[in-house]
Amino acid sequence: MSNAYMPFPSEILEIIQHTDIEYTFRMAYEGDIVPGQFFEVSIPKYGECPISVSGIGENFIDLTIRRVGRVTDELHNFKTGQKFFLRGPYGNGFSMENYKGKELIVTAGGSGLAPVKGIIDEVCRDKSQVKDFHLLVGFKSPEDILFKSDIKTWQENNMGVTLTVDGAEKDYAGYTGLVTKFVPELPIENMDNVEVVVVGPPLMMKFTVAEFLNRGVPEEKIWVSYERKMHCGLGKCGGCKMDDTYICLDGPVFNYVDAKKLFD
Amino acid sequence: MSHDALNEAFESLKDSYRLIAPVRKPFRGTMADTDAIRYEEITRFEQIEFDAKAQFSAKEIFQPITQVLFYFTEEEYKVPAADDKKILVFLRACDIHAVDRVDTIYLENGPVDPYYKQIRDRVEFALIGCESSYRNCFCVSMGTNKAENYAIGIKPAGDSVCLDVKSDSLKVKFKMQDHQVADFEMDFVTENEIKVETPENLDGQAIADHEVFREYDSRCVACGKCNFVCPTCTCFAMQDIFYKDNENTGERRRVWSSCHVDGYTDMAGGHGFRKKYGDRMRFKTLHKVHDYNKRFNKHMCIGCGRCDDACPSYISFSNCVNKVTNVAKEGL
Repeated sequence: MSNAYMPFPSEILEIIQHTDIEYTFRMAYEGDIVPGQFFEVSIPKYGECPISVSGIGENFIDLTIRRVGRVTDELHNFKTGQKFFLRGPYGNGFSMENYKGKELIVTAGGSGLAPVKGIIDEVCRDKSQVKDFHLLVGFKSPEDILFKSDIKTWQENNMGVTLTVDGAEKDYAGYTGLVTKFVPELPIENMDNVEVVVVGPPLMMKFTVAEFLNRGVPEEKIWVSYERKMHCGLGKCGGCKMDDTYICLDGPVFNYVDAKKLFD
Repeated sequence: MSHDALNEAFESLKDSYRLIAPVRKPFRGTMADTDAIRYEEITRFEQIEFDAKAQFSAKEIFQPITQVLFYFTEEEYKVPAADDKKILVFLRACDIHAVDRVDTIYLENGPVDPYYKQIRDRVEFALIGCESSYRNCFCVSMGTNKAENYAIGIKPAGDSVCLDVKSDSLKVKFKMQDHQVADFEMDFVTENEIKVETPENLDGQAIADHEVFREYDSRCVACGKCNFVCPTCTCFAMQDIFYKDNENTGERRRVWSSCHVDGYTDMAGGHGFRKKYGDRMRFKTLHKVHDYNKRFNKHMCIGCGRCDDACPSYISFSNCVNKVTNVAKEGL
């Protein structure tokens, strides 16, 4: 019998720094995977933590990791060419099929950009897949902006990017304010043909979804992704259970019709 | 069958089976001058405690408190060698049902758990009947007072013992053909002093913030005893340890965790859920008699009442379930 708890080694192909505490680790990986799925990063002696895939390539996956706990602290001592262990992929992820031919709006807050970045990359690769596309992304401050070079590429490709920060020095040239401020301005042609993805911190998701509902976007057109404590990713440890739903097995991506029924 | 004959049979099982049964340990209880009743390996019939409820369930057999998943040395991993002996575990009806609830989590919810399965495949049940209900039991309400799924049923009868052996291989081991045939039935409780009505068609989200749980904010002390004595609680946390003499070698373990204890939902960065103890009581209660049922079509709680036996604040789980049901009936 295969042992789902056994991790496999994966080589670090590249490390891309975003901020003082956030880096993307490009890891050797071959296999099918969709945006929004996650791996358990497994470092013997330090433990495991669930990390969503922020980029998908032919022979690699990107894991964007903030230095915030025991495992991730240790991880930032690793160098290109070294290996660390992974388990996964786990979870359902976003299905691109739901967004084909639609007016797609992706709204992300902070590190919530990581799990949806695969969707944006895919649309950027071939824009004809969707009818229209907009990205609304917010960070705390200009210093917290992740994926700067990717955002630049998306802007150059006319991907309808709105980049905002919660607050900045007076001379900051970009937009300031929470993402919710910009939701009313997003162009939506046909409410029945729109699909909205919202991922970020719990409060950001709550208020952003509320803004979209205010605009008349139907509940079933809204998609969210949840983050919870996960020890196993296999439906056993109980840490991620919300009501009768296991985020690791049934999620982390939910249609809002289902997500609105979840409670901690 | 005489006690001696049964002990001989136990002796004959020694090479292929471990026998695990509730045992009375004098003066080892948590209070002064009380006995502890715990599951242990036994070799003789006289060691088995038939007259009292075990304070802890037998779940340590299936889900060890601390279980090594693998040993690691730099880039190598090694799964610990597993025992291959069969296990005959002496359980009451409710506890046999409890194993079914745990099976559902470990074998059916997501991929099969190899560590659990390795042990579970070796286990056979010996049923101990219940002549009468014990304190805090509500098995009849939960429909777990009777069990059919056992290899042998065992019933002490004065100087002898009556056995209902269903397993063919055990019939041989117990030399059943040599013994007198008795007409007897296993004892099952048909009424408990405590009666519980589980909520039907409950809207968990609607009741989540109801004041019915607020008394537990102060009464519960978040010790987690109710989870640890519960035969159906399955939650665990991962734990890596390393050896002092060589920090590159160590082991990954899983250890029991508890939804009542601080830190259960805390994620890296410090964000957590259910800070109020009453919300943890609500989370556990709804899991046991509401959302597990929603997912698997049977209640997780099997009504053994050990949570109520163990609670240092005398919180009654059965009482809480009834309160929730009443709230649901009256309308939220």
